[in-house]
Amino acid sequence: MHPLRALLVRDMRIAVRIGGGALMGVLFFLAVVTLTPFAIGPDLALLRRIGPAILWLGALLASLLALDRLFTADHEDGSLDLILMGGAPLELAVAAKALAHWLTTGLPLVVAAPLLGLLLNLEPAAIGAVVLTLLVGTPALTFIGLIGAALAVALRRGGLLLPVLVLPLTVPVLIFGVSAANAAVVGPVPFGTPFTILCALTLMTIVVGPFAAAATLRHGID
Amino acid sequence: MGLPVMRLIGCDLDCVRGDRKVLAGLNFIAASGEPLAVTGPNGAGKTTLLRLVAGLLEPAQGTIELAGGAPELTVAEQAHYLGHRDALKPALSVSENLQFWQAFLGGDGAPVASSLDAVGLGGLADLPAGYLSAGQRRRLSIARLLAAQRPIWLLDEPTAALDTAGQERLAELVRAHLAGGGILMAATHGSLGLPAKELRLELQSSPYAQPAPFAQAQHAPSPRGEGQKSGGR
Repeated sequence: MHPLRALLVRDMRIAVRIGGGALMGVLFFLAVVTLTPFAIGPDLALLRRIGPAILWLGALLASLLALDRLFTADHEDGSLDLILMGGAPLELAVAAKALAHWLTTGLPLVVAAPLLGLLLNLEPAAIGAVVLTLLVGTPALTFIGLIGAALAVALRRGGLLLPVLVLPLTVPVLIFGVSAANAAVVGPVPFGTPFTILCALTLMTIVVGPFAAAATLRHGID
Repeated sequence: MGLPVMRLIGCDLDCVRGDRKVLAGLNFIAASGEPLAVTGPNGAGKTTLLRLVAGLLEPAQGTIELAGGAPELTVAEQAHYLGHRDALKPALSVSENLQFWQAFLGGDGAPVASSLDAVGLGGLADLPAGYLSAGQRRRLSIARLLAAQRPIWLLDEPTAALDTAGQERLAELVRAHLAGGGILMAATHGSLGLPAKELRLELQSSPYAQPAPFAQAQHAPSPRGEGQKSGGR
């Protein structure tokens, strides 16, 4: 088996066996979305208007939940040392870990989104737009978080700093994700404009994230 | 002897950890088939030295080269590092852990099943690694050295937590590795169970200590040792 595929399979297998990451994220997402109508009150028109934003906010926060363990777990048990010594370039190994993390925590959020959209009184078109933007946007959240997860290894108590470091970087993704979802429903901008920028953001983070994280890990390990 | 002779050469190594100089002006050679035991009091830098060779720490000065190794690979990519932490995932089974490291570290080593047999874990392949005892975890880490073939073995206190039978097995595996032309550096307080050249490290007294005299490694290399970085001929 190719080294990177082996790493991907291992991380997914661990995530599925432990069951923490995916389930915890989805439950958190569910909690945010179901509690919002109670906080706002039974104003269906308002819920419909802010629904995409609530879904995006919930998904963003949920996707950051398990992130600090992404590298610290491997660091603590010594796996990270061996990953650094492997033949595969560290950048690609880091990207494989990020992909595994997204598949086990990001993708379940996308799958859960249509169901939660119903709770917010979203129309089918709006649900479709939110799911599409989440599908494209959540990888960006994971790959941005990757940098923070690497810093959690390099810095002592980095796990505490992680949200502070990562959240500002996710703001553009949030803005364009929500505006694309809104554009699909209410306009006036065509859906394509913010959606293309969202795609660009994702592609950019997929390229930049692994390099930044790998550089951080190389210097951070001791 | 048809076996290629490799030499791992460390030249004038300095290493600083947290403002404290741990290694100063250290030279060593470890050649194929000649085990090198790294000894010294706690804190003398045994683990630091092994981690330098494994590429996990950067030397402040000096070079580490593998003469006669694969020129396209770095020293770290040709080395196994058996550290204090065993790099095992409790959620995966014994054989899954080993299979992963075999695939990730590459090289063509022994099959997983026979590697497990060699360390005496043959019957436990399907047990989650979380249920293993400390000694069994150690044995599983040692199986990694067999499952992925790499010429340099860097062992840090390899006999820790092993029972007498385990130590004998390890000595056998080490002998086989050396007989196959492998290089061995082991940090140890006890004995490896086989005669080894000794590289004794001393505590560096002050942060700005004088460079230590040559440690007792025999025939120190010329300051510009043969072989380029990461091997070459």
